[in-house]
Amino acid sequence: MDARDGDHRQGNNMTDIIKTDAVIVGAGPVGLFAVFELGLLDIHAHLIDILPKPGGQCAELYPEKPIYDIPGFPTISGQGIVDNLMKQIEPFHPTFHFNEQVEGLEVLGTPEAPLFRVTTDGGQVFEAKVVIIAAGGGSFQPKRPPVPGIEEYEGKSVFYAVRKMETFRGKRVLLVGGGDSALDWTLNLQPIAERVTLMHRRDDFRAAPHSVNGMRELVAAGKMDLIIGQMTALKGDNGELSAVACKDNANQTFDVACDAMMPFFGLTMKLGPIAHWGLNLHENLLPVDTAKFETNAPGIFAVGDINTYPGKLKLILSGFHEVALAAQKAHRYVYPDKKLLFQYTTSSTNLQKKLGVA
Amino acid sequence: MTKITYVDHSGKAREVEAENGATVMETALRNAVPGIEAECGGACACATCHVYVDAGWIDKLPKQEKMEEDMLDFAFDVQPNSRLSCQIKVTSALDGLRVTTPAKQG
Repeated sequence: MDARDGDHRQGNNMTDIIKTDAVIVGAGPVGLFAVFELGLLDIHAHLIDILPKPGGQCAELYPEKPIYDIPGFPTISGQGIVDNLMKQIEPFHPTFHFNEQVEGLEVLGTPEAPLFRVTTDGGQVFEAKVVIIAAGGGSFQPKRPPVPGIEEYEGKSVFYAVRKMETFRGKRVLLVGGGDSALDWTLNLQPIAERVTLMHRRDDFRAAPHSVNGMRELVAAGKMDLIIGQMTALKGDNGELSAVACKDNANQTFDVACDAMMPFFGLTMKLGPIAHWGLNLHENLLPVDTAKFETNAPGIFAVGDINTYPGKLKLILSGFHEVALAAQKAHRYVYPDKKLLFQYTTSSTNLQKKLGVA
Repeated sequence: MTKITYVDHSGKAREVEAENGATVMETALRNAVPGIEAECGGACACATCHVYVDAGWIDKLPKQEKMEEDMLDFAFDVQPNSRLSCQIKVTSALDGLRVTTPAKQG
């Protein structure tokens, strides 16, 4: 990452504070378009998203599904609109921080001259003059299987992701699921675990064929086990698993002895840390005014599906409108002494220069 | 009008009138039937509209497509009569359909 307009990094170390104009929480379609509207006003932005890629729900939930209500596009796919937005915001060189969740949002400045400290679970710290929350339905988190008492085991012997492979060395590991995550981790952990067992509800896998073949070869060679079934309960003490109770498709019950279990049942959306930032919340949404789309905290804006106001519709097109207006107010905070002149991209050479077309 | 009955996990039944062409998921949401979340809004991308179809009805429903079968991997306690209600379109042929919602959507 290099220093860009309005973006002054201190040193190159990850633990250093990134000073910037705007931090956008969430890189879904509305967060992406915020880069554009802010960019036209010379406000540089960093985007943070828990997913490994831009696009939010469009990319994660329905990349191939058609969307019919984007103005000017009779039909466009979820991934199509994300790709187009990425191209549209290219001139503004946003900086992306993927696989990171914003945990803390702290007010450093005053209501007249806001300044915020934003921290992520990856240890990155930002100082920004404005914060745009474009968090949609919240952050995508691994689904927790509705097995009684599973919370007690989480982080001790039930894991939704592999932070360190070493955690699993010499252990009996049960992986549950049939997609790429389940298969990839089965293959990766097989060499270091004492024994790896993969359980799936059917003998048909969504994962990439080469991983499925790799798994089947290991099973044929007696180097791991494949079980067709579903889990029903956890057995163990103080969060340490001893076995997972399961049933097969004929409803016959059996136990799989294991020291660690990894369930892969896809992702779900949770509000997450936003609830703890001291912002007013209404049914897990952030109330905003409809002139500036600002929350109760001056300098913190909420746009897209995460906000609420009278008449709110959770539409991408509404989010696009919201960021255009929020950017106007953000400009007052970032450039308190500059007068904002309303201009059209069609006719303003000033805007066209910023877009790299003049 | 087509009538559909939703039974929750405690056994409480709710009969509602369904519009042909809507999905069994949409019909539940429109009638404020609990037990169906439909987090993704009907894109067959989340498995939170999982229902168990009453015996006798499963063969009368349009066949499950591969995408639905795949997405059921994300549901819990999947049974041979499990379906995702966003993938079942209401037609007059489904008059009297009975589905049960699970204790918890994934």
